[in-house]
Amino acid sequence: MASGVSLDREFTKGFVRENPLFILVLGTCPSLATSTTLFNGFGMGIAATFVLVCSNIVISLLRKFIPDGVRIPAFIVVIASFVTMVDLLMEGFVFSLHQSLGVFIPLIVVNCIILGRAEAFASKNGVLRSALDGLGMGLGFMAALVVMGTIREILGNGTLMAGTPYEFAPFGEGFKASPVLVMTLPPGAFLTLGLLMAGVKRLGERS
Amino acid sequence: MEIAHYLQLVLWAILVNNFVLAQFLGICPFLGVSRKIESAIGMSIAVVFVITAASVICWLLYYTVLLPFHLGFLRTIVFILVIAALVQFVEMVIRKVSPSLFQALGIYLPLITTNCAVLGAALLAITKDFNFMKTLVYALGSSIGFGLVLVLFAGIRQRLDIVPAVPRILRGMPIALVTSAILALAFLGFAGLVKM
Repeated sequence: MASGVSLDREFTKGFVRENPLFILVLGTCPSLATSTTLFNGFGMGIAATFVLVCSNIVISLLRKFIPDGVRIPAFIVVIASFVTMVDLLMEGFVFSLHQSLGVFIPLIVVNCIILGRAEAFASKNGVLRSALDGLGMGLGFMAALVVMGTIREILGNGTLMAGTPYEFAPFGEGFKASPVLVMTLPPGAFLTLGLLMAGVKRLGERS
Repeated sequence: MEIAHYLQLVLWAILVNNFVLAQFLGICPFLGVSRKIESAIGMSIAVVFVITAASVICWLLYYTVLLPFHLGFLRTIVFILVIAALVQFVEMVIRKVSPSLFQALGIYLPLITTNCAVLGAALLAITKDFNFMKTLVYALGSSIGFGLVLVLFAGIRQRLDIVPAVPRILRGMPIALVTSAILALAFLGFAGLVKM
């Protein structure tokens, strides 16, 4: 509560400085699995951001009532309720996205970013700060997923924005016919994340 | 015939559809814990037990309690609570039965609750419509596959840490991820081994 950090810094820290994926290395499972295309990565980012903001708000409101001993199970139940909501909403409104993200939507429950923010931030700070923190962290996570999805989709599938009406082939039809298929397969996911992480580290050292 | 089918399922879960390298489940402990072979082995044993027990209990709960009462949508909440309780229970039992094993596993036990491989195995067995025996065999195979890769990777990483040739910018997490990419590429070779 009493931290002297200004509100906008609370919001923007998740973008680069404390990016959950590239710097804190949290939430690696969903980011490797769902970043096969830009659209999938975006969808996963939105779902995680929604859960993160809502659970941060509720946990921040309840922080004075939850006994310390059962705090982790209480947080998990709050998070799991919002995840169930997101799961059902996505199944109803964006069914094809729900199919391609598969088991990773219910697995948002055990995403370390969300429990980590609940424990490290929302349980100690006011509602507004917690909401901003959740939004910033969620958007940072989403940006990381979108970058990974873009790289893997262009190289591995030869397209961009597949799954939306705006699909096109940035390197032309010839490349689309024989893309670097391994980039959409698991090895490509590990390689992309590893190299991006090294790149972010380099940028951080320069500035 | 039946036995052969289950053997195929085990091979498929360990090599073809490996939890870590093909399905991206349990990456956090894979990257975080696998620095020493001994701790990787300890973690693997605990995870094999928890995944198998959790999948079986969740399967039973889903088909005997949740479905008859039309509460299928509550499965995420129920499963995560079952897993948390189970991990707590395992911790207590190990502490009573074998204090030395508890010392060895100590710190890794509570972490298993947030290992997405545990919840993932329980949920995947439900979405794949497995029967009871198949769930048991699938969970056992998958968790052994997880342990295998964890130990393999720990062996590689112990050497990686002392190699001076790694560029400074790649040291730590980036080179670990690039190494797992090569390991995943090797496991892609098993793709045609078993058809499920």
